[in-house]
Amino acid sequence: MSEGTMEEIAVLGVGMHPWGKWGRNFTEYGVHAAREALADADVDWNDVGFVSGAITVRCGYPGYVAGSTFARALGFNGAQVASSYAACASGVTALSVARGQILSGACDVAVVVGADTTPKGFLAPTGGDRPDDTDWLRFHMVGATNPVYFAMHARRRMALYGATPDDFAMVKAKNSRHGVHNPNARYPKEYDVDDVANSPVVSDPLRLLEICATSDGGAALVVCSMDYARSKGITDPVRVAGLSTVTPTYPDTVIDLPYLATDSAAAVEPPALGFKDSIGAQVYAEAGMGPSDVDVAEVYDLSSALELDWYEQLGLCAEGEAESLLRAGETSIGGRIPVNPSGGLGAFGEAVPAQAIAQVCELTWQLRGQAGGRQVEGARVGVSANQGLFGHGSSVLVRR
Amino acid sequence: MTTSTERARVPAVEGFFTMGDEPQLIGGRLETGGYCFPLHLGGSDPRCPAGSVEEVLLSRRGRIWSFTNSAYPPPPPFIITEPYVPIVVAAVELEVERMVILGQVTPGWTVDDLEVGMEVELELGVLYADEDTDHLTWQWRPLLGADIVGEMVGAVGGGAAGEED
Repeated sequence: MSEGTMEEIAVLGVGMHPWGKWGRNFTEYGVHAAREALADADVDWNDVGFVSGAITVRCGYPGYVAGSTFARALGFNGAQVASSYAACASGVTALSVARGQILSGACDVAVVVGADTTPKGFLAPTGGDRPDDTDWLRFHMVGATNPVYFAMHARRRMALYGATPDDFAMVKAKNSRHGVHNPNARYPKEYDVDDVANSPVVSDPLRLLEICATSDGGAALVVCSMDYARSKGITDPVRVAGLSTVTPTYPDTVIDLPYLATDSAAAVEPPALGFKDSIGAQVYAEAGMGPSDVDVAEVYDLSSALELDWYEQLGLCAEGEAESLLRAGETSIGGRIPVNPSGGLGAFGEAVPAQAIAQVCELTWQLRGQAGGRQVEGARVGVSANQGLFGHGSSVLVRR
Repeated sequence: MTTSTERARVPAVEGFFTMGDEPQLIGGRLETGGYCFPLHLGGSDPRCPAGSVEEVLLSRRGRIWSFTNSAYPPPPPFIITEPYVPIVVAAVELEVERMVILGQVTPGWTVDDLEVGMEVELELGVLYADEDTDHLTWQWRPLLGADIVGEMVGAVGGGAAGEED
């Protein structure tokens, strides 16, 4: 472990509204989560100097000004406010804004909150003809839904590393075993490999039980300066030691949503680290740590197979060895490096602006030893990883 | 008034490919030498300060990087032709351009017919049709062994195909 490159902030409180398909106003979930986080932190709402909202694009104008919407619902207290959108990485972008405010001295304590209310079915672009929008074009000209991209990455693992559909199903089964112990999970139900195999194919080789659903939910953090934490008598808080929201480095040669094509490597060799590898590399550099320091990880299993990619992209194993790590049980609770003890997206479905925040909530509970039946014993360092679109992605490293 | 034999064939969206028997995707070439697709929506090289992009036609052939299908009909703005037959999609690596481009696979193929590394060639196919017009998109057609050997023999004047095993 070496010296990190960033000052740390403390995570004083965390809170979530259970994931589900509740069909109520997203504000309600966000406020529930924020109140829970404030109570957990034992911080008075009137002491909060900054509200950092993660935007939802599916709930009208109040969703676009999420920070203000939550602040008003909690009772306008004169705090400064911002709202961030970065697709699935929105929650960590909101956290990065709050960290900047705290480390610059603009505030001592901030609330970060994201929540969503989702429609049924595939996420699709908003209406209207937009032939200059790559997200519209991939649906219109190709029919390339999100699962199409997930499945191409799964197939690639099969071709390169000998992954099998059973490996992908094992990821789902593992995460479901973890998720039954999580009161905030939408699907607290254990599935086995046969259940997965009996669910319909969505995009070959991926089946319905392996594709992340869309959920309602809300998550919140109370974060503060280390000085503020000490002033409350808290000397050993969970702290954010690293945070990454890097964009890709040209040329990005791995096809991913929502693009129709990769960059070209004709003139410039691809960078040593691909985009998703670079997300983790940045978080480790900030924290002055490496993959061998990590005790627990929360990664974005938008599909079961994508979880395996993250093992390698976060350096938890070498390239091509994710299937061996999984099969040996090393990423299950009790293994060498448990991944998605929360149950992951497989047990939650995705509430887009809340999800990256929820990952930090879970890691915080893990590091405090408060994760109940899904506790990773002795966890001191946790890392999250998340994939957005349009070059967004995020990772957070927390430690005791 | 047109008859069924005179159906118009038009690109579903203008500016993505050339028409005719040997269609090509319309891409861009950056001043630093890299390529992009689509022409005006591709990624740019940060060493390319003026951001100028020259229009170029991209290779018609490449190899499958990965592939899948969509068992369920995609949502709008995809236009479904009933009865829905699962579309097959491939990401195809172009050798000269060193890039991967997504596209549907020509009708009649299933995922069971495809393999990573298989050679494919660009064609135009019907994305959707209305009363008198076919709206076209680009599609990748897998090349069978005979196509490839035939081309090789033609290209080198015969005799060299045996090297390709």
